[in-house]
Amino acid sequence: MAILEARGIVRTYGQVVALDGADFDVEAGEITALIGDNGAGKSTLIRILSGTEQSEGGTVSFEGNEVTLANPREAASLGIETVYQDLALCPHLDPVQNLYLGREVKRRGFLGMLGMMDRKTMRGRSVDTFTDLGATVRALSEPVGMMSGGQKQSIAVSRASAWGSKVVFLDEPTAALGVVQTAHVLDLMRRLRDRGIGVVFISHSMPEVLKVSDTVQVLRRGRKVATYRAAESNIEELVGAMTGKFDEEGAA
Amino acid sequence: MSDEQSQVVTALLASDKKTFWQRLFHIQALQIVAIFLVICVLFSVMAPDAFLTVFNIRSIMMNTAIFAVLGVGATLVIITAGIDLSIGSVLVFSSVMSALVMGNMGASGWGTAMVGLVVAILSGIVWGWINGFLVAKAKVPAFIVTLGTMGAALGLAQVITGGIDLYEIPTELVDAVGFGDLVSQVPTLVVIAIVIVIIGSFVLHQTRFGLLTYAVGSNPEACRRVGIRVDRQLIWVYVISGLTAGIAGWLSLAFYQQTTIGANSMTGLTVVSGVVIGGTSLFGGVGTIFGTVIGLLIPVTLQAGFIIIGVQSYWQGVVIGIFLIGAVYLDSMRRSRGGRGSGRKPRRLSIGGVQLGNTTQEKEGVR
Repeated sequence: MAILEARGIVRTYGQVVALDGADFDVEAGEITALIGDNGAGKSTLIRILSGTEQSEGGTVSFEGNEVTLANPREAASLGIETVYQDLALCPHLDPVQNLYLGREVKRRGFLGMLGMMDRKTMRGRSVDTFTDLGATVRALSEPVGMMSGGQKQSIAVSRASAWGSKVVFLDEPTAALGVVQTAHVLDLMRRLRDRGIGVVFISHSMPEVLKVSDTVQVLRRGRKVATYRAAESNIEELVGAMTGKFDEEGAA
Repeated sequence: MSDEQSQVVTALLASDKKTFWQRLFHIQALQIVAIFLVICVLFSVMAPDAFLTVFNIRSIMMNTAIFAVLGVGATLVIITAGIDLSIGSVLVFSSVMSALVMGNMGASGWGTAMVGLVVAILSGIVWGWINGFLVAKAKVPAFIVTLGTMGAALGLAQVITGGIDLYEIPTELVDAVGFGDLVSQVPTLVVIAIVIVIIGSFVLHQTRFGLLTYAVGSNPEACRRVGIRVDRQLIWVYVISGLTAGIAGWLSLAFYQQTTIGANSMTGLTVVSGVVIGGTSLFGGVGTIFGTVIGLLIPVTLQAGFIIIGVQSYWQGVVIGIFLIGAVYLDSMRRSRGGRGSGRKPRRLSIGGVQLGNTTQEKEGVR
């Protein structure tokens, strides 16, 4: 059974129908690729499933129970985390502060009541998280704005993996990266999967999708049109499903 | 932990120490400290028996104290990428309310003075809350909101008093806080300002509240996505700015022995320039209260020094103007070079349309 199931999700922006009854399934311990042409509704779907946007229709079930995801906090409390396309990091804060953003650990006792934070603990756990994932974070006290795109991406993925115990969404995690960092991020995704986490990623790179994912779900015009096992599929088939070539063939 | 991993950790920690010192040298506050020291040395050399006197140093510190209290709140606001122009008027309004209440209580005794302090603080908080609410909830730009409340707070103070300053201040307050020394030659006013600066720095640098202030200034959208209540944080920051303006209003009563209705039209701008000269970025996410204090000491020191060496003290305004523009120039240079901004594209150097390359390092793959 899927850990996260979306059924018949509807979302419109004025006249534009972004999602028109979309279904989507996330399996634990699998990498699911979500593909589709521009405007197919991929990012909207992920924003709804991570609580940053609300659907206008349809249901979402988590571990078999229907849930509402009214805000990112509620999604986070279920163990759902997202790596956004723009990474959503604070450029002036360091990697540890970004990893714990909004989840700062307070000190015990009186100093904690004054609002002081337990930096030692946060720092120690951050080092563990970065090393566990093999993330290439060079300096823990440097503002992340000073770091390379690959390092920022590593920090964003590490943050999602540190808190996302069940499902991690990644919206085009490799779009802005070079060859080396792309390989690194794909590797991070495999490690998350191997921990039993349901990993979902959006990508426009079909070779990447086929290389790393277990299943591929295709969105077109706000609906899911196909699901494939990546091992049994190929680029032509995926592109065909994305562009609607098969529909026309099927109709003929 | 495998060998390789422990090496990574060691490398992480080692590289960290280096960057700590590197960061320290890059803090604009330290550059400004250097400038401040140079100014002091110059005046000391030019007028050794007049500049380095207890009297002179004491009056410089007294003249900076009230600005420094205002600077605590102003720094927090500017770190969130906002601005608070209203603090001078809020100071006036708070001092008027405080003087009114103290006058009605007979204007004598410490009890009255303390009630006056509470009234000043509450008046400041109300204006701060109005500012914060309009900025965070109504989404009116902070510049406009605080420009509006700057006029409104001063206007109300004038309406209440008919534009005539109030003089009924408890003598205990004036003698002890306005002119008194805590111990010999250490003015109480300065000690109070230092305590408030230390509390402000503690909140900003040590607490979760302070960290979230930086975070909200750095990338509010990222904060929203991790569930931080950005609106609430902003309102609190403006409330603190109102609070420090209220305290400053009470201190101003003690120091000037009257309300200063007509004398604070430039106060807000003076404090904002001090904050910016002290290295706090108008673009948000960066800044220290310590830097603000130095940024406020410089104009006061220049003024005192110019008078001593016989240069027209009006030159102070010229020098501070240059410092202010220079500080913001350096800040925007740093942003475009270091990519510290929130997702803005780095400036490219080009001459006549020929691209000379990027000003930020793009060789990420090599790292």
